[in-house]
Amino acid sequence: MTETHVLRWIVLLPLLAAIYHGLAIGLVRRSSDRRLVALISCGAVIGSFVLSCVALGKLVQIPRGPSRVLLDDVYTWIGAGVSSTRFSAEMGFQLDPLSTVMILVVTFVGSLIHVYSVAYMEDDQREDKGFQRFFCYLNLFMFSMLVLVLADNIVLMFLGWEGVGLCSYLLIGFWYTDRHNAFCGSKAFIVNRIGDFAFLVGIFLLFSALADAGSPVTSFREIAAAFGGIREATLAVPAWLPFGPEWPVVEVVAICFFIGACGKSAQLPLYVWLPDAMAGPTPVSALIHAATMVTAGVYMVCRLSFLYAAAPAASALVAWTGGLTALLAATIAIAQTDIKKVLAYSTVSQLGYMFLAAGCGGYSAAIFHLGTHAFFKALLFLGSGAVILAMHHEQDLRRMGGLKRLIPHTHRVFLVGVAAIAGLPGLSGFFSKDEILVWATHAPGGPWLYWMALGTAGLTAFYMVRLHCLAFYGECRATPSVREQIHEVGPVILWPLYGLAFFSIISGYVGLPQLWGDLLFGIDESDSLGRFLGPVLTRVDKGHLDHATELGMAGSAVAVAAAGAALAWWLTLRRPELPDRIAATFKGAYELLVNKYYVDEIYDALIVRPLVAVSDRVLFRVVDAGLVDGVMVNGTARGVRALAAHGLKYAQSGLAQTYVFFMIVGAAALVGYLVR
Amino acid sequence: MTTQEILFYAFAALAVVSALGMVLNLRNTVAAAMSLVVTMVSLAGIYVLLEAHLVAAIQIMVYGGAIVVLFLFVVMLLNLRADEFAPGRQWLTKLAAGLVVFAAGAELIRLLSGELPEPGELPPGFGGYRMVGISLYTDYVLLVEMASLLLLAAIVGALILAKRRID
Amino acid sequence: MVPLEHVIGLSALLFVIGVAGVAIRRNLIVVLMSIELMLNAVNLAFVGFNRLWPGTAEAPRLDGQVFVLMVITVAAAEVAVGLGIVISMFRNRDSVNLEDVSLLKW
Repeated sequence: MTETHVLRWIVLLPLLAAIYHGLAIGLVRRSSDRRLVALISCGAVIGSFVLSCVALGKLVQIPRGPSRVLLDDVYTWIGAGVSSTRFSAEMGFQLDPLSTVMILVVTFVGSLIHVYSVAYMEDDQREDKGFQRFFCYLNLFMFSMLVLVLADNIVLMFLGWEGVGLCSYLLIGFWYTDRHNAFCGSKAFIVNRIGDFAFLVGIFLLFSALADAGSPVTSFREIAAAFGGIREATLAVPAWLPFGPEWPVVEVVAICFFIGACGKSAQLPLYVWLPDAMAGPTPVSALIHAATMVTAGVYMVCRLSFLYAAAPAASALVAWTGGLTALLAATIAIAQTDIKKVLAYSTVSQLGYMFLAAGCGGYSAAIFHLGTHAFFKALLFLGSGAVILAMHHEQDLRRMGGLKRLIPHTHRVFLVGVAAIAGLPGLSGFFSKDEILVWATHAPGGPWLYWMALGTAGLTAFYMVRLHCLAFYGECRATPSVREQIHEVGPVILWPLYGLAFFSIISGYVGLPQLWGDLLFGIDESDSLGRFLGPVLTRVDKGHLDHATELGMAGSAVAVAAAGAALAWWLTLRRPELPDRIAATFKGAYELLVNKYYVDEIYDALIVRPLVAVSDRVLFRVVDAGLVDGVMVNGTARGVRALAAHGLKYAQSGLAQTYVFFMIVGAAALVGYLVR
Repeated sequence: MTTQEILFYAFAALAVVSALGMVLNLRNTVAAAMSLVVTMVSLAGIYVLLEAHLVAAIQIMVYGGAIVVLFLFVVMLLNLRADEFAPGRQWLTKLAAGLVVFAAGAELIRLLSGELPEPGELPPGFGGYRMVGISLYTDYVLLVEMASLLLLAAIVGALILAKRRID
Repeated sequence: MVPLEHVIGLSALLFVIGVAGVAIRRNLIVVLMSIELMLNAVNLAFVGFNRLWPGTAEAPRLDGQVFVLMVITVAAAEVAVGLGIVISMFRNRDSVNLEDVSLLKW
């Protein structure tokens, strides 16, 4: 391992840009020059990307193995206690292969999106300093995300975890003058908070277990080293709970962390914030809710792979939650009519895939899919942003159509994205999805998860092709006034799209599964990504499929996807009246899907309303206003006033004699006490 | 009993009676001042019995000759009439007086049953002006200076306070 | 020689009578005279204790008596100023009754 200062600068550059923007907004009366703002913001993130490449270069100079890590210890952030009861969290960063992959993805996609945002937010005249405020929040987000990924201890990671949640709230509700946007931002933050609470409980449990075993550590390396000591540790729970009066600590901790990941990465049951987060500007959706923030949960699970590998129950929960989420979200997506909502549910579904793989032990496959998904999902979101801009902020698919002729460049890149996510052979999505399917066969609880994953792949192809056809092909259903103004977007928007399209195509070859390496290229060790990440992620040995089976699985996945795509194309373009008739026939099912299984309404009735009612009627009116304000604060004041007004004031008789008399009595008592 | 003891108890009784007379006297402020003089002179007598001759002389000169005279000046100047106890608050004053007397009595009894060492041998010239003067101007010269400052302040203060309006 | 407890007892008794005078009387001049009585009682205590510990022939101690002189001085100064206050009070209110100057009350 090597000490280096590069890491802190990777983190600091976006922070400094955010501070600059914040000060400029707060202290300077006039709004800054937009080119300067763009330069500073994009420059900071691109600088971080360059430094990340430099760090990668330094990293590969260290031979492969557990010592392949760069460290940067800046200072001791929290330090309490001494020796065996010490709790310390350093402001320290580490760069090992896992974080390298993450920061490269984050900074690269982030840079492209920053550049894209310069053009996208250009015509935002809603407020004076909105442009700069946007980039301030965006830079702050980059800082938080990089802290999350580069943190060398779990407390600092939680700092980044919270920071990205905060920036998500700020950016979703960016156009806060519209109350709906503010509400969506609050919803995201509050649902995230539930997960954060579980995460925090997990941190506490983990630390206390480690401290009981004699090693109160917080950094990942030390936790991994001391992990053997707590493998058998148990937690005493009330006897009426299932699984006996004692629970293994590693299971509980893993589940707690996973609940946090459910909140951050929008899995069942805490996914409800992500579709509403589409109220924010499209670059925000692309960056935060496709490529970076929502992947934090997956990163966390892989970072703690040693924990999950030792907690089979928790891993099963992860896998099944991922699988169910993937399937559920895909079913909702097929009935949505807002272009961004389709993509949002698609994101939830693809994240489910990643957790499915991680739960089955395929941590490397999860990271592989994370990377490829970042590229093509960001591409899809940014492309949809281009479409929205072209259509003058129209987002309803039913009013689009025929855009292929009108905005050909956008159409081309969007097609690449759709093909990648649907799993067109040769593109990145195909390879990463296949890896996940292979791991799904090792799933706990039988082959159900494999069939769910396969079905989801078909649904994915279906709704993405449906989206593409509705938007780009067929008759243009926009109103004439809008149709006249549809124009292609500028190069500042298009070039990032081209970049993302390029990587959506080729990024699959970084982690090429061995099957294809043998069949196509005759390479011995084709899964470069897997080998790169190998020493960091815990190896879970689940047997090996032979090439024939794997090829068969890949073929079936392609077949299912092709069937879904064909069905979507046929229903949308050949028989456009059919979908409405099907919807009318199966009205119940259709309503269920369109209304997202009424999950939001159920949450509202079961949780939100009772909570608000209790908060208002009990906690506010009785406890706060009545008890604290009325009795304790005002009551004390009233009591003192009554005491003084009706009792104490009579001591002020105005006669000096009285005062002298009391003085003398008091003095005599004192002297008597002292002399006695 | 020796002569000294008889004289002491006589002077003591006189002092107490005239003190009571001063405090309880209602008829006449001048009479109260006269009672005070009698108290002070009796105390001067006790000082002599306690071998504090210079102090006794100064007590008569300053207290009896100056301070009480000052009181009488003011009483004559203001031409005061008789005094009365406050109506309706008799009980409070009686209670207060009773309490104080009770406490004093308890203290007295406690004192009188204690034990003090025997008075020591007297140095020759004890209490005379020479010895007091030496002690005053060697050990306590600072006190003397401060006393003079205090008197200066008192003079100025009395002057200002008693002046008629300065228009 | 009189046992010293009696001297101190007398001093205490005179002091208490002075306190009673201060507490009971309404006439300001009588109150001032009661204060003088208290000071006298204290002087008596000083002299008494000085008689108890007069020091030796080589190093006589006259602290008590010296302090009595100081107390007398202070008493004189205080009476002067106090009577000045009485005069100005009489000029303002035409009375030396303490109840007439008790406005600072509830």
